[in-house]
Amino acid sequence: MTWLRVHLKMQQGSFELDAQFSAPPVGVTALFGPSGSGKSTLLRCIAGLEQGHGWLRVNGVPWQDETTFMPVHKRPLGYVFQEASLFPHLSVRANLEYGYKRIAAAQRKVQPEQVIDWLGLSHLVDRHDATSLSGGERQRVAIGRALLVSPELLLMDEPLSALDTQSKQEILPYLERLHRELQIPMLYVSHDMGEVARLADHLVLLKNGKVIASGDVRETLSRLDLPTAHFDDAGAVIEAKVAQQDEKYHLTRLDFAGGELWVSRVEQPFGTTMRARVLARDVSIATQVPHGSSINNILNARIEEIRDEGVDKVLVRLRVGEAQQLLARITRRSRDHLGLVDGMYVCAQVKSVALMS
Amino acid sequence: MTPEDLQAVTLTLKLASITTLVLLCIATPLAWWLAHSRSWYKGLVAAMVALPLVLPPTVLGFYLLLLMGPQGMVGEITRALGIGALPFTFSGLVVGSVLFSLPFAVQPIQNAFEAMGKRPLEVAATLRATPWDRFISVALPLARPGFLTATILAFAHTVGEFGVVLMLGGSIPGETQVLSVAIYSHVEAMEYGEAHWLAGGMVLFSFLVLLGLYRVGGNWAKGAR
Repeated sequence: MTWLRVHLKMQQGSFELDAQFSAPPVGVTALFGPSGSGKSTLLRCIAGLEQGHGWLRVNGVPWQDETTFMPVHKRPLGYVFQEASLFPHLSVRANLEYGYKRIAAAQRKVQPEQVIDWLGLSHLVDRHDATSLSGGERQRVAIGRALLVSPELLLMDEPLSALDTQSKQEILPYLERLHRELQIPMLYVSHDMGEVARLADHLVLLKNGKVIASGDVRETLSRLDLPTAHFDDAGAVIEAKVAQQDEKYHLTRLDFAGGELWVSRVEQPFGTTMRARVLARDVSIATQVPHGSSINNILNARIEEIRDEGVDKVLVRLRVGEAQQLLARITRRSRDHLGLVDGMYVCAQVKSVALMS
Repeated sequence: MTPEDLQAVTLTLKLASITTLVLLCIATPLAWWLAHSRSWYKGLVAAMVALPLVLPPTVLGFYLLLLMGPQGMVGEITRALGIGALPFTFSGLVVGSVLFSLPFAVQPIQNAFEAMGKRPLEVAATLRATPWDRFISVALPLARPGFLTATILAFAHTVGEFGVVLMLGGSIPGETQVLSVAIYSHVEAMEYGEAHWLAGGMVLFSFLVLLGLYRVGGNWAKGAR
């Protein structure tokens, strides 16, 4: 499923980008890395806003190779910049329709009214001055504007990082809906682990201009050899379905292949897929089924890998069921005390689960 | 005001209008290039454009006179084209005024192009706008205050010029005798009354122009954000 294939190089002063990855035709592919890792430059090269060397194929069409360089305005993409960058001389509606008017009628898969309704912009659309909107509103207009060119590929360059926490919370549900309901593959640049865990299906990890790992987000975030597993907020992503509502205790049971999780009540119909994040620091390990524990979620797991972290901690990768992985951060002393080794069957106690959608 | 003075006023306005139009046509691409080029001779071009800011107008007029005269390089070309020699004609004045006011037109437009940055054009490109479309639909409207400033400055500066006009055009009524030259002639002839009318008018005109300019400038600052 290599719908998008990239190998691009670029020299910018002493910084060298040399990135190679591929992405599937569905879902969100996050380009993740610390600042200065070249993720934004890579995205700009993919859009054609910068001209690097190498090649880029999208859906079988060469956007760039030795002989071709398709100019930006001919690439069937949508781009959301870090700052909304609305045109200050145009009204909100004219901003939304700027690209829409420039594509052939036959290529228009969405109509302005759909997008306006969908992004909750109906009360803003008649504003003459696009600069009078709040940060979150501006970014919503920018997203709508990009969607209205009916892109084959949507590129997002840290669309939330210029926003305050409140505006971020305002935009995230829209991005999640975009992810769930629209069949547009997305490349999403971010340096925020929370955003990536929440939105991404596929992860491309960048460091110093190179791709150090690329793969399914659940797999990749659980790999102990990658720096992401050692962040303070490292953790596993679990996709689970709403299976039971407990009226008495106001809890909801989520089922996934290999286990179940009880979480605070979510008002979603049965069968809805939810994404949850379990941080490594919220998972502890017991060698026997604990009695008299206040922890609701205890999962049978098998130790797959143990790796030292710092001087006093170890990170344990656990497998729950067939496919699900969990990370647990425990002290080195606990490891020795419990005699934990690879292949051992243990109980993973999950202290807290963050639901993300 | 004598009919000759009136003629000088009309001629001045005509010269300033034509010069401004020509300037906008030349300055826009030049300013665009200066704002976006990374070539090594950009500094050279910028310095040449700015030269009239520091040169005494008589120097510029002197060299233009030589260049455009029958023996000058430009003069030979215009003669070969059947236009004849440009000095002491209205067309010659237009050429001189355009060169003299070039920096006043180029710099505000260039500043406006630079101030908007690359981002709006990049956004437009990702929204399928061709380079020409981006220029028309994004760059020009966003640079509007710069164009307004350039227009006002170029017009006013042409109205007020004296040295280049005198060197290049002399003082032929109806052809090259513009306001500033007419005032000079009045003063030379000790006709202070007539000089007062014209000079006073110029003071008022210049003041109004500057007033308008600062109001535009104020709105610009507000609109820029």
